[in-house]
Amino acid sequence: MKRTPLQWLETPAVRALIALALVLTFGVIKNGDGAFFHIGTHRDALRSISISGLLACGMTLVVISGGIDLAVGSVLSFTAVFFSLASLRWGWSPWLAVPASLALGGICGAVSGTLVSWGKFQPFIATLVMMVVARGLSKTISGNEKISTAMANPDGTMKYVEVPPVFRAIDNQVFGNNLAVVTLIFLACLIVTWVLLTRHRWGRELYAIGGNEEASRLSGVPVAKAKLMAYVMSGIFAAVAGLCQAAQEQQGDPEAGAGYELTAIAIVVIGGTSLMGGRGGVGLTLVGMLTIGYLQKVLSINAVPESTRLILTGVIVALAVLAQRSKRS
Amino acid sequence: MTPHVRLSGVSKAYGAVTVLRDVTMEVLPGEVHVLAGENGAGKSTLIKVLGGVITDYTGTVEIGGEVVRLRSPIDAARRGISTIHQELSLVPSMTILDNLFLGEMPCRGGFVQRREMVEAARSALARVGVEAPLDTVVERLPIAAQQLVEVAKALRHQSRVVVMDEPTSALNIQEAERLFNLIAALKADGVGIVYISHKMDEIERLADRITVLRDGQWIATKPVAEMPVPELVRLMVGENRNPLSSLGERGQGVRGESASITGSAPALAVKNLTIDINGRRTVENASLNVQPGEVVGLAGLEGSGNSALLLGLFGSFGKVQGDVEIEGKVANIKSPRDAIRQKMALLTSDRKASGLVLPMSVSGNATLASLPKLSSGGWRSDKRERDVAEKAQKDLSIKAATLDMPVGYLSGGNQQKVALAKWIATQPKVLLLDEPTRGIDINAKREIYALIETWKAQGMAIVVITSELPELLLLADRVLVMHRGHIVSEMSRAEATPERIVHAAMNA
Repeated sequence: MKRTPLQWLETPAVRALIALALVLTFGVIKNGDGAFFHIGTHRDALRSISISGLLACGMTLVVISGGIDLAVGSVLSFTAVFFSLASLRWGWSPWLAVPASLALGGICGAVSGTLVSWGKFQPFIATLVMMVVARGLSKTISGNEKISTAMANPDGTMKYVEVPPVFRAIDNQVFGNNLAVVTLIFLACLIVTWVLLTRHRWGRELYAIGGNEEASRLSGVPVAKAKLMAYVMSGIFAAVAGLCQAAQEQQGDPEAGAGYELTAIAIVVIGGTSLMGGRGGVGLTLVGMLTIGYLQKVLSINAVPESTRLILTGVIVALAVLAQRSKRS
Repeated sequence: MTPHVRLSGVSKAYGAVTVLRDVTMEVLPGEVHVLAGENGAGKSTLIKVLGGVITDYTGTVEIGGEVVRLRSPIDAARRGISTIHQELSLVPSMTILDNLFLGEMPCRGGFVQRREMVEAARSALARVGVEAPLDTVVERLPIAAQQLVEVAKALRHQSRVVVMDEPTSALNIQEAERLFNLIAALKADGVGIVYISHKMDEIERLADRITVLRDGQWIATKPVAEMPVPELVRLMVGENRNPLSSLGERGQGVRGESASITGSAPALAVKNLTIDINGRRTVENASLNVQPGEVVGLAGLEGSGNSALLLGLFGSFGKVQGDVEIEGKVANIKSPRDAIRQKMALLTSDRKASGLVLPMSVSGNATLASLPKLSSGGWRSDKRERDVAEKAQKDLSIKAATLDMPVGYLSGGNQQKVALAKWIATQPKVLLLDEPTRGIDINAKREIYALIETWKAQGMAIVVITSELPELLLLADRVLVMHRGHIVSEMSRAEATPERIVHAAMNA
């Protein structure tokens, strides 16, 4: 389709990129005494937003199908605690602990998905249930304590276990310390999501369901199964994020990830994926993630206090949604 | 006698489509004025003008001799015109009491006058014979009781005119009888009634005068004694409405003859199909056979069950109750997915609600139903999808700038062709078409007629529903007529005339 320059401006991708460009320009101008031009700043910006980006990958799948997943932050915490227990307390090999954690995340997603697909729960309610339950499970298995390398002996003294190699491997940097492994993991998950959405039948089915569930059903699309799988994938990505978080903090925190689901939703929405379902894509999610990540970094190198950062992030999300909306008239 | 209401020269258009043209009608005190016409004749539009729902009409509305312009349904109700809608306008989650006074609770100083409400509600419900407590939530009531609450709601005003749009469609005989008594009481009070019904026995019993509309135009108004049923049907259908002549150059020559071979197994054989939707029997013991290369028309007025029959046959309501055979083999259908596997295809009547995924691309829509066939191991093949979509674009002459543009950007006719392309891509043996030309222009219609002829010649068994009788007679080799969930009549092409079909559809 031939587009005039004005029409190009109106495509979701271009609109999302404008927001990112504005944030980057802002960073160049208010560069925190040159901090913005250090590669380390960019590495850290990417590293700290990668966890939210992982959650946003799964969120993109669910949102395209017309749903929403509020449970990702709690599932992150649950799997982070489980992974820490397995690695630091039970001495499991990473070859067992990693797949088991991912499976746990997938099971949490499967529960949400089953409630949505067969229980006919609204996605908001089903995943709200999972959000609360996963947080409770996280606190139960951890005994409501951070699972760290420090362990209390029965006599009250502390003993310390070695940080397992798998933690160090995840919380590492590559390319001469210029890129965090966590960012690489995120990019790998992003590519998996992209391939599923654009090359696999299931991806097409998600778009169809989000665009018109009744027409999809009458066209023979396995609606229940496809929706279930979206929540399962979201749970697995949340578990990947949980592993990364545990490795970065060298502990499993039962309070971790609170509010992360909202950041993930904000990333998806800023990218321009419609919460109504049926439109959008993970490329847009990448742009949304960079926008939020850099916004936070630019504000932090300029020593803007967290309170103000939160307000500005909210304002940016609102503006991004307004900009996305004006194109559909 | 001054009429309660007088409409003169009322017209209404949606864009370029005129749905009501220069209609004049009056409702006298104490009369039942029946509004008759086929689907799409303009009855609903007319009562929407009368009820203040449509406010941008041309022409004049007089109430009690005074020219008024109604601003809203509440405005109409305050001026004494109440409408009982066919689709219930109650809020299902609220109580009977709250529904009766929705939008106009009696208030003093901002506080609801509950005692006043209760008294008024009791007498209103007693009139229609509903005995449920006032605080019953409406959705817990049976449909018939809901319908009666709707009537009570309409009557809470001092009405001069009460408009009833198929009020008995959900009522059993006793309940309908109570409604008829109520109508008699209203008449005696000098209230004028505008009554729409597809049931001949009701019309004959209740009507004082009948106004016939056709294609949005006023045709006739006569006392019931001067309009016996055959005359009424003739006026509704129109005279010189030869379907072939009305379609211009599309004459007999274009029509392929039925390719059916007698004696061979029918492509589709349905025996004793019964469909219940939310506990309501919508189709009962329907049986039909369709030969390969045959087009069967399924006629019926709104709510006759013909659309439900196609949806049910396609597995849309779950496991099909009844025996279905496709090419002589038992077809066990539990879902649309099963139906597609058994080589059935269903074009639904509403392409926006249930036909197309509007934000999705043309090629995405055209390949949606054949996705399993076009992918291997779950992975899609852009090339194979593209081939299918390009072939469809050529065969159905779909006008789209690219196959990647969202289908929602296409014109109605091209959207419809994409919806058809989706089903043709599955290479069906049985093609079910519900309103294949709804809302599209005459050229696109002709193209779709030609396509149906092509598919027929290829040996597909086709069932078609259309509310336009000329179209039905043009397409169908055989016509089945439905009335209240039953197939009540079968006609060959030679036997079928618009009059006979309407007769059968109204069970006259």
